Amino acid sequence: MTETIKIKKGFNINLAGKAVKKISEIDPPETYALKPTDFIGIKRPKVIVQEGDNVKAGTPILFCKMMEKVKYTAPVSGEIVEIVRGDKRKLLEIKILADKKIEHESFNSFSISDITNLSREEASKLMCESGVWPHIIQRPYGIVANPDDEPRDIFISAFDTHPLAPDIDYILQGQENYIQAGINVLKKFTAGEIHITLNADAEISKIFSHLTDVSIHKISGPHPSGNVGIQIHHINPISKGDLVWTTTPIGLAQIGKLFLEGKYDASKLIALAGSEVKNPQYYRVLSGTKVSKLLNGQLKSENVRIISGNVLTGEKISKDGYLGYYDNLISVIPEGNQNELLGWFKPTFEWLSFHKALGLFSFLNSKDKEYNLTTNTRGDERAFVQSGVFEKVMPMDIYPTYLFKSIMAEDYDEMEALGIYEVIEEDVALCEFVDVSKHNLQQIIRNGLDLLLSS
Amino acid sequence: MKFLEDLINKIKPQFEKGGKYEKLYYVFEGFETFLFQLGNTTSGKGVHVRDAIDLKRLMMTVVVAMIPALLFGMWNLGHQYYLAVGEQAGFWYKFWIGIKVTLPLIIVTYAVGLGIEFFFCTIKKHPINEGFLVSGILIPLVVPPTIPLWQVALATAFAVIIAKEVFGGTGMNILNVALTARAFLYFAYPMQISGEVWTYLGGETTVDGYSGATPLAIAAAAEGADNVITAFANTWQGDMYSFGSMFFGFIPGSIGETSTLMALIGGVLLIITGVGSWKIITSVFAGAYVMGWIFNLAGATPFMALPPHYHLVMGGLAFGAVFMATDPVTATQTEKGKWIYGFLIGILTVLIRVFNPAYPEGIMLAILLMNVFAPLIDFYIVKANKKRRLQRATV
Repeated sequence: MTETIKIKKGFNINLAGKAVKKISEIDPPETYALKPTDFIGIKRPKVIVQEGDNVKAGTPILFCKMMEKVKYTAPVSGEIVEIVRGDKRKLLEIKILADKKIEHESFNSFSISDITNLSREEASKLMCESGVWPHIIQRPYGIVANPDDEPRDIFISAFDTHPLAPDIDYILQGQENYIQAGINVLKKFTAGEIHITLNADAEISKIFSHLTDVSIHKISGPHPSGNVGIQIHHINPISKGDLVWTTTPIGLAQIGKLFLEGKYDASKLIALAGSEVKNPQYYRVLSGTKVSKLLNGQLKSENVRIISGNVLTGEKISKDGYLGYYDNLISVIPEGNQNELLGWFKPTFEWLSFHKALGLFSFLNSKDKEYNLTTNTRGDERAFVQSGVFEKVMPMDIYPTYLFKSIMAEDYDEMEALGIYEVIEEDVALCEFVDVSKHNLQQIIRNGLDLLLSS
Repeated sequence: MKFLEDLINKIKPQFEKGGKYEKLYYVFEGFETFLFQLGNTTSGKGVHVRDAIDLKRLMMTVVVAMIPALLFGMWNLGHQYYLAVGEQAGFWYKFWIGIKVTLPLIIVTYAVGLGIEFFFCTIKKHPINEGFLVSGILIPLVVPPTIPLWQVALATAFAVIIAKEVFGGTGMNILNVALTARAFLYFAYPMQISGEVWTYLGGETTVDGYSGATPLAIAAAAEGADNVITAFANTWQGDMYSFGSMFFGFIPGSIGETSTLMALIGGVLLIITGVGSWKIITSVFAGAYVMGWIFNLAGATPFMALPPHYHLVMGGLAFGAVFMATDPVTATQTEKGKWIYGFLIGILTVLIRVFNPAYPEGIMLAILLMNVFAPLIDFYIVKANKKRRLQRATV
C-alpha cells in the first residue's frame, strides 16, 4: 500500500437529508429511458430500433456513427414506446415500456479462470455489444472510450465525496466477486496499472482493499478528493499525448457480472436524498428508471428541484424524468425562486459559504452542521473579479482562472499548456460553486474540451 | 415588504424588452438587485446550489473595512482644524467639521462615478458591476480635505473612463481606479494636492507658528546634520509627529490615510474575511521596512537615516497596503506573485519617498507602477507552471 495522498484544498458541502442505510421496496416503474445526452462524446447518434419494437435487457438501441462498435443497449426488456426528439431533431430519450418480468439477452458467460484466458478482442466485443462499455471513460475529454485505444493506465475512485453521495461500499455490498472479475477484464486493455483510490478518512473499504491485480492508493481531505481526476493528478498526471481510462465502481460491478453471468444487468442501488425528501434512503432500480414512483409521497413540497445525480454536477429532471445512466443518486432540494429583501446584505449562519465575507457566518458553524441549500443563485452574473478563491478549492497544480480565460479566448495552445487535459466538468464544479461572479465554469471547461476535440 | 416587491414588479415591464425604458434595463436591474436578492435559480445543468457570496457582498466587505479609517479621518480633519485655528473643541464639533468636508466629496464621487458607470452599462448592455462601491469611497479618502469638488469630479470621471471603461469595465482594468484619480489630480492640479493643503482651514486665520506640513514633507525637507526625528520635534506641535501620534493618525494628511491603526483594523477585517490578501498586505510592510533599513544603514541623508519603522506609519503606506494594493483586479493573481508584488510595492514606496523631493509620498506611484508589472509577474509564474506540465509530457 502506498502512502496516503493528502489534500488540503477543497470544500465539503454538507447537505441535510442524507440517505439512511435502508433499502426500500417499490413497485417496479413501468417506463424506462435511455438518454443519449448522458453520454458525452456521442456526436451522431443513430437509433437502431423503431417505436413498437420489442427489446430485451441488453438489446442494442443506439450507436454513435463516430464509433460504431460501441452499442448503447436497453436496460430493461419491453416495448419501445417513444423516441423523443428536441430542437433540430436532437435525440433526447428512447422510452421503453417495461415487461412485467425482465428478459435478458444472453451472452457467453465465463468462470474467473476463463476470464484470464480471454483475448482482449473477445472481451471488448462482449462489452461493446452488451451495453456496459459506456462505463469506460477516456481522459482527456471525459468521453466514452474507444475500444481500440490502449490506455496508459486505468483509474477508479472507490468513493464519492459529492454532496449527499451514496456510500459506495454499501451500494456494492456482496458484489466483491463481480468487481474482481471487472478488474480482471480491464487488465487486458492496458499494459499499465489499474489504480484504485480509497478514502483514507473513512473506515477502510472491505470491498476494494482486498482486490488483486490492482495498485491501491489512499487519499485524504475534503471534496473533490473523491474525484478520479484529482486522484489521477496526484498518482500519475495526464500530459499531452497521454490517454487514460476511468470507470466507476458500479461500472466495474456491471462489467464483472456480465462476464460471470452472461447478462447485462443494469440494476443498481441508488440513494434518494436531500432536504426535501421525507425518508431519504436507498432503492434498488434499473438504469434509466422513471423516477416518479420513487418520489411518490416522498416530497415535502411541490416547489422542489429534482436532480439526477448530485447537486454539483447532476442534471435537473422533472418529476416524470428518468435516472441518468451514470447516476446513483437522486437529489431533491428546494427551489430558491423567492426574492429576498436586501439579501446580499443579510447576516446569515444558514447559507453556506466558502467565503467569510461580511455577514456570512457559516464558517463559524460546526463542521457537522447540515445545510438546507436552495437553488437560488444568491447573486447575479458579474464580470470576473479575480480573488484567488478558485485556487483554494482546486487541489491540482493548475491555475483555474487562467485556464478559463484561455478557453474563453479560444486559445488552443494556452489551454493545453495550462492543463485542460487534466480536468473535466466535475473537477471545476467547486470553483463554480464558490464563484463570486456566478459564471457557469463547468460549461466553459466543456466548451474548451469540445474545441480541442473537434480540432 | 410585499408592497415594494409589487411596486417593482409593476414597473418592471417598462424596462424589459419592448418596454418604454428598455434601454435603461441594466440601470433598473442594478437598483432592483440592490433592493432584492432575486429569486433567480441555477440552470438545469452545472451546479444546482451556489455559495452565498456575491460581488455586492464582497465589495460591501471592503467598504465596511474602510469605515474605521473614514470615521477617524473625519474626526481628525476637525481635530487638525481646531489645532490650526487655536481653539478648543469637543469631539462632536470636530466630527461635524469632518462631515461637512467629507460628505460632499463622497456624494460627488459616487454621483459622477455611478453616473458614468450607468451610462456605459446602458450603451454596452451589461449589468452594473459593484466595483465602484469601493472606488467611490476610496477616492474621497485619498485626497486632501481642501480639494475643490470640481477637481474630484473631474478626476473621478477621468479614472472611471480612462482607467476602467476603456479597458472593458470592472474586472478588466490594469490600474487601480482610485489611485488613477489621485494620480490625475497630482499631475493635473499639483497646486491643490501638494504644499499647505493637508489641513482644512475653512478660511480661518491660523495660530502663530502653524504649519500644515505632513511628516513626509518634514522628513524630505530635513537637511544637513539635522536628524529627522529632531526635525519632527522642532515643529510647531512637537509631539504631533511622535511615532505614536503618527501611528494613531493625529497628523495632517489625506482624509482617510493618516491613521495606521485604522488602516490595520480594516486590514485585519479584510484578512479574516479573506477578501484582502494577507500576503500582499504583509509583504508591502516588509518591503518598506527592508528598504528603510537598508537606507538607514547607508545613512547618507537625514531622510535615509530615519529608523525604518517610521516609514511604516508615515504617509499613506498602511492605507495603500490594505485597501489599494489588495485590489484583486489590479494585483497579481497568482499566490507566489502576491509576495513579489507586495514586497516590490514596499521597496518602491520608500525609494520614491527618499529620492523624489518633488513628491514625497511614494505609495501611490509604487502601486500604480506595480499594477502595470503585475501581469508580467504572473506571466512568469504561470509560465513555470506550464513548463512543469510540459516536462512530464512524452510527446
